[in-house]
Formats: sequence, structure tokens, C-alpha cells
Amino acid sequence: MTTATQSATHSALTTRAAVGLVAGREINSKVRSKSFQISTAILVVLVAAGIIIANLLSSSGDATRIAAVGDAADSLVGLESVEVETVSTVAQAEQLVLDGDVEAAVVPLIDAEPGTPAVEIIALDATPLSLVQALSIAPEVRLLQEAPVDSGLGFLIAFGFGIVFFTAAITFGSTIAQSVVEEKQTRIVEILLTAVPARALLAGKVVGNSALALGQIVLIAVAAALALMLTGQDVLLSDLGPAAVWFIVFFAVGFVLLAAMFAASASLVSRMEDTGSVLQPVMWLVMLPYFLIIFFYDNEVVVGIMSYVPFSSPVGMPTRIFLGEALWWEPYLSLMILAVSAVVIVAIGARIYENSLLRTGGRVKLGEALRG
Amino acid sequence: MLTISNVTKHYGERRVLDDVSFEVGRGRLTGFVGGNGAGKTTTMRIILGVLAADSGSIDLDGSPLTREGRRRFGYMPEERGLYPKMKVHEQLVYLARLRGMRSAVAAEKADELLERLELHERRDEPIEKLSLGNQQRAQIAAALVHEPEVLVLDEPFSGLDPMAVETVLGVLSERAARGVPVLFSSHQLDVVERLCDDIIVIADGAIRAAGTREALREANSGSQWELHVDGDAAWVRSMPDISVVEFDGGYVLFEADTRSAQSVVQQAVQRGEVHRFAPRRPTLTEIFREVVQ
Repeated sequence: MTTATQSATHSALTTRAAVGLVAGREINSKVRSKSFQISTAILVVLVAAGIIIANLLSSSGDATRIAAVGDAADSLVGLESVEVETVSTVAQAEQLVLDGDVEAAVVPLIDAEPGTPAVEIIALDATPLSLVQALSIAPEVRLLQEAPVDSGLGFLIAFGFGIVFFTAAITFGSTIAQSVVEEKQTRIVEILLTAVPARALLAGKVVGNSALALGQIVLIAVAAALALMLTGQDVLLSDLGPAAVWFIVFFAVGFVLLAAMFAASASLVSRMEDTGSVLQPVMWLVMLPYFLIIFFYDNEVVVGIMSYVPFSSPVGMPTRIFLGEALWWEPYLSLMILAVSAVVIVAIGARIYENSLLRTGGRVKLGEALRG
Repeated sequence: MLTISNVTKHYGERRVLDDVSFEVGRGRLTGFVGGNGAGKTTTMRIILGVLAADSGSIDLDGSPLTREGRRRFGYMPEERGLYPKMKVHEQLVYLARLRGMRSAVAAEKADELLERLELHERRDEPIEKLSLGNQQRAQIAAALVHEPEVLVLDEPFSGLDPMAVETVLGVLSERAARGVPVLFSSHQLDVVERLCDDIIVIADGAIRAAGTREALREANSGSQWELHVDGDAAWVRSMPDISVVEFDGGYVLFEADTRSAQSVVQQAVQRGEVHRFAPRRPTLTEIFREVVQ
């Protein structure tokens, strides 16, 4: 700022640099904590393992064993989940079917009519439909409407968004609240305030914890995407992709808003023990979208409203995007509403925070904190 | 020089500082003395800019303090605290960087200071693992690490063992010798008396006395005199216009105006050898009791 503050040992500290320093400390102290490392690892493993296990269960059963004679084996090439056992005579093939060693046998049909497959299927007592279907020549199909998303899957995805938002917001919101109270409780805040403005301190905390929360969410998204690719569910991945990206964008903005509320609420008290009661209103705001999405997943009106209300839009809008209910401009509008609310709430939060930091002892009344 | 001029502060209806003015000279240790609730902490917070005064101003070398200027202050609040889980050295570097110190310099200064305060072996331990005395040293290091241009310390010696008091004193004197104005408050009047070049006494939010230690003692020496002679000094009792406070063989402490005291000395010289005659200088504790009442 002035030349006097520039020297070999010191440089003028810009607000941005101060915010960066504070954010860096927040991130550092969290990332280095064992409990954070372990809980993140567990979360990532749970998500990935969940997807892989669910996939294994749904495609359970071994490959179907089919016996084939001579050239008939060629017709089975390229069929999925089929294990071919080649034998030399039709009689041998029949024997395998009778013994139950194979599900069915495919043998060459010498006098096949033109246009029909030149093979015959031998089975024990029931027509193996999937095999018949696989060997049939299917006509082209043209669908006039996109198939609706399977409702079970849709719920699962909505639930997923809900729980990820809920846990990340609670985890990192509590972290920011703790960090605010810790500084008040240890009184280090008095030293900090002689070095940097309260707003820089708050901004650093919000930026640092938002980065952490976003980092964890991206990590989970990557783990989920990898697990989906590993289990060959690329189709689901490409359906989920846009909704997931929107979720991350909404979360980033939505968390800044929540972080400001957590910090402002926490700054009203001076002891860790008192944080519970003072954080309750914010906790409800975080839990509400989670319960709403579980109970009203089917209700288009409720989810529609949710997708525009700032506190629930990070869950509501991505859900509607996944279900294909949202028009292209809707997420942009909702994001704008969220961003404007975030700016307003951060401004109010900063005022409360600034006015409460040095008031130690009892709980500061909200009105007093707002008036200053 | 740090100049505090006409600072007034109210908490609601209650006036906690009333037209407070004093100076903290460069290169001088200035003691700030007052009872609980006298306004020491409030004054210090206002100097640091953590609290805003209702009126009055703080200047450094004649120019008003800015936030950027205050960033180069060193401050030790009365209520101690650092991040409990952060390592000592790391914490010092962080605080120094928040005050604009370059990170390589900060790391170096932190190590130097830890060595000086005999805390170097604990450099990589979290604050919460340190003994109380060592936490105090770390707290002092936190106030000094960024090479402050002004030092304001609220009760820096409370909780320190005698050895640590000496160490910390050494460090503070060093800083003062480099031209840093050092203001510190203390309840331990004997410590202040021994260390401080200047003393400021505050009571009920108003400055009651301020000046160099000697000037203060002189100004408050009142009218007591000490006389030490060969033989018995009982004759002093019979001198006019004096009253003996204490008497013990050749030693007598008496109260008198300057003229009567002079006649006592003349008498004493005629009677025999005078070992010592001087106005009695009160201790800081006595001055404090006097001015605060």
C-alpha cells in the first residue's frame, strides 16, 4: 500500500492474500486430520463399492452353458453370457441336455427353409426364450417417445443427491462453525483481528471450507463414474452426467450460502458446548431438502418448487434434470436465484460475524449482532 | 512515539475511558498500571484498533494510525490463546504471514525467537501439548515474531515462572533498545517498578499519573525524609515542626516541610557524622495506592 510497508521482510498484505492465507490454514488443518482422511476414504469406498456390488447382484448367475455341434457354434459367436461347449454329434448334444449339463444345444439344420436360421435348438422341457430371441432375426424398431426413466432408479438418484448434499453440508458446515467458535473460545481472534479485517477472516473460512466440500463431492463423483465405467454401465453414466455436473455447480453456490449461515450463527456463542442450540435453525434448513426429496420424490409440484427455493435447489434441480423434467433454461434461472440469495445472506452473515466476534461470554442476541 | 490523545469510550451508558492521553516513547519500556476494570484492556484494544473509540485519536510519530500501520504492531491480549492443535512453529509463521511477513523470513524469525525463548525443542509440537509456562512463551513469541514496530502486551508476565520472566524481560528490553515503543500492563507493581522507564497509572478510566519512574517517585515523595547518623537520633523528636514516623537507633524517618528538614540536617551535622540524608522515595505500590484513591 505505502512504500513504508514494503521491505525485504514484509510486503503489504492484500485482502485477497489474507483470504488465501486463512483459507489455506482451514484446508490444511482439515486435510491433515486423521478423522477427515478416514471418513473421506470410507465415503469414497462406500459409493464405489455400492455401485459395483449393486451391479454384481443384478447381473447375478453364471453364463448359460450351451452345447453346439459343428458349424452351429458359429451362430453363437458374439452372444453375451453364453458359454459354448462344442460336441461332435447331435446325440452327444442331446445327452448333455438330458443330463442337465447344458441349458440347451444348438445343432445344424440341414433342410432349413430359406430365410430361417440354419440351426435347430434342442432343450429339455421348455423353450429357452432368450436363446431363441438371440438367434432370431429381429426387425428394426422405431420408438416414438423416449422411455421414461425407471422410477426406482430415479428415486435412487434423487436420494443420492439428497444424501450427498446433506452429509457434505453438515460435515463442512460444522467444520466452519467449530473453527469460528474455536477462535472465539481461545481468544486468538483478538490477535487475528489486529492483522486482518473480520470480513477477510470470514471469507477465508467460507472459501477454504467450500473448496474442501467441493473437493470431496468431486472425489465422490469421480469414484462413482469410475465404478459405473468399470461395471460397464456407461449408458447410465451418460444419462447421469449432466445432472451430476449441475449438482456440483449448485452445490458450490449453495454451500457458500450455508457456510455464511453456519459461520454467522456460530459467532454468536463463545463456547463449543453452546454451538448445538445456536446451529439448530441452520441444521433444519440443511435437513429439509433431504426429507422432502425422500417423501415427495413422486410429487412434481413439490420437487418443482424445491428446484427453485435456494436451500433445496441444489437437490431439487439436478433431480428434475435427471428425470428430464426441467426445460433447458430452468437450471440457469434457479442458479441465478441461488446466487443472488447467497450474496444477500453472505452480506448479512458477515455483519453478524463482524459484530459478534469480540463479544465473549454469553450468547449474543441476533438483533444486537445485526445492529452492531 | 505512540501518542494516545483524548480517548473516550462508553459501553452503553457506562463511561469506561475518560479523556485518556499519554505517550509511549521509542526505545522505552512503558508500564501501564491500574486495578481490575480500570480501563487498561479497553485502552489497549483501542490502540490496536480491535475496538473503536467514541472520540480521540492514536498517532504514531505524528501521523494517524491506519489498519495497514497497525498490522505491524505486536499484540498480546490479556486472554491468552493460540490454535490448540496447530504446531508451534507453523502457528508463528502463519501469524507472521497474516501480518504481511514474507514466508521464508517468517520461518527464519520464528526459529530465532523459539531459540531465544528456549522453546526450540517444542517447535513441532501442538500448542495444547505444551506446559502452561511454555504456552505463555509461545504466546509472547506470537506477539514478537513479525518484528513489530510497536509492542502492546496485556499482562505479559502473568503465569510465568521467575526464570521465564527474566527471559521475556530480556527479549522485551532488546526490542525497546532497537527503538520499539513497548507498552505493557501488569498487576505486579514490583516488576513494573524494576523494569519500566515510564509508568502510567490509570484508575476508573482516567489517567492519574504518568511520567518517568524517577519523576513519578519524586513527584509523589511528599514530605518524608530519612536520616541516618552515628549514635542515637532520639534528639530529632524534640525538633520543632516535625513528626517522627519511624525511629530505630541511628535511623529516623520523619515528616516535615523542606525548611524544617534543613534545620534537622544542620543540627545533625553539628552533633556528629551524617551517613545519609534524603527525601524518602515512595515505592510504586505506595504511589499507586496514593493516586488511585
